[in-house]
Amino acid sequence: MNSFTAIIKRDLLLALRQGGGLGPALGFILAVLVLVPLSVGPDQNLLQRLAPGIIWLTLLLAVLLTADRIFNQDLDDGSLELMSMHRMSLEGVAFAKAIAHWLSVGLPLAIVSPFLGFLLNLDVAILGVLLLSMVIGSLALSMLAAIGGAVTSGLKRGGLLITLLVLPLYVPVMIFGISVTASVMGPGRSLPSLLVLLAITLVATVISPWASAAALRVYLK
Amino acid sequence: MQVFANPARFLRIANAVIPWAWAIAVILLVIGLYGALVTSPADYQQGETARIMFIHVPAAWMALFVYGLMALLSAIALIFRHPLADASAKAAAPLGAAFCFLALATGSIWGKPMWGTWWVWDARLTSMFVLMLLYLGYIAIWQVVEDPFRAAPLARIVALVGAINVPIVKFSVDWWNTLHQPASVFRVSGPKIDSSMLWPLLVMGLAYTVLFLALHLTATRSEIAARKIRSARLSEIGAR
Repeated sequence: MNSFTAIIKRDLLLALRQGGGLGPALGFILAVLVLVPLSVGPDQNLLQRLAPGIIWLTLLLAVLLTADRIFNQDLDDGSLELMSMHRMSLEGVAFAKAIAHWLSVGLPLAIVSPFLGFLLNLDVAILGVLLLSMVIGSLALSMLAAIGGAVTSGLKRGGLLITLLVLPLYVPVMIFGISVTASVMGPGRSLPSLLVLLAITLVATVISPWASAAALRVYLK
Repeated sequence: MQVFANPARFLRIANAVIPWAWAIAVILLVIGLYGALVTSPADYQQGETARIMFIHVPAAWMALFVYGLMALLSAIALIFRHPLADASAKAAAPLGAAFCFLALATGSIWGKPMWGTWWVWDARLTSMFVLMLLYLGYIAIWQVVEDPFRAAPLARIVALVGAINVPIVKFSVDWWNTLHQPASVFRVSGPKIDSSMLWPLLVMGLAYTVLFLALHLTATRSEIAARKIRSARLSEIGAR
């Protein structure tokens, strides 16, 4: 087994046995989806119109909520220092950890939350395309969260700063993620939106390891 | 470029340029404002409120230009490791944020009589708003990380990732929603604006640019001074 998959496996095991990543995030999504009808009123048509947007928003915030977990702990207890001395470049380590974050938080949430959309009277016809756009988009969300997490990893109170740094990067992901479902509901083209979302995800995947590793080097010095 | 990397030489050039830059900026501002407020006619549709344009449009230009400059300085700092480029990028950020805020605020004041609302989530407004967030994030990094030699590489990353993000945001919000009028000065077919309004606008643009040059050089100079004070203090403590 090479070191790349070893890091992913280690992080997944930690996430599974320590808990704390997926659970609270899922609880957060559930809380919002339950509270939205209570706050905007039980009008079924209104809820159906809001549903895809709110589900996307909760996914985005839930991923953001767990962003500080990607590097913080490993930097604090020194395991990141150890990994950085390995043959594999720090870029590779950062990439593996971002992938592990996606597998342990982003992907499960992206798969589960469209189904929670039934709480908001989500149109069944767009369930499939919403699921697809969220699975693709969540990878971008995790990759961008890794950049924010790495830049603030050595700071004592990085929470608010992560939000400020990552939010502007999330804007395009959100817009195209939503427009995939919006164009299914209205007249238009959902394939172009999906392709652009895919392109943004690929760009984020390319940039993320480089930027994260550069930020981590500052703290590892 | 390597010539300016030496702080002593930079300070010599900056000290020589700054008074001139201030003088030219003031002269251009006076000419531009005279053109904007007196000689240019009121718009046949928008009336006197159209004059907000002369404050608003150059501010928006500068907000984008300064971010571009900041990203360029960060790239130079990343590639050539000049601390002066970091200091200069740091000095540019609050100025860019101020221009960005000015563009947003005047746009909002202009939007109220024209569109009937202070704020709409239109494509350009949204991308300006995101640009403001990028500025704030960049400034926050310098604020939060105390050691400037540690903050500098982090700030470079934030600036460069943000620079990649700006065109993507621009493109995505255009796709998303458009109410703001499209660009009417920089067009392939030539400006679509009457010359009586165009010349004050261009003079104001130039005035803002020179004003930024003056402010930026001054801010960079004080940043260098602040670092000297910091290292002097540290060595004083070390000697004790």
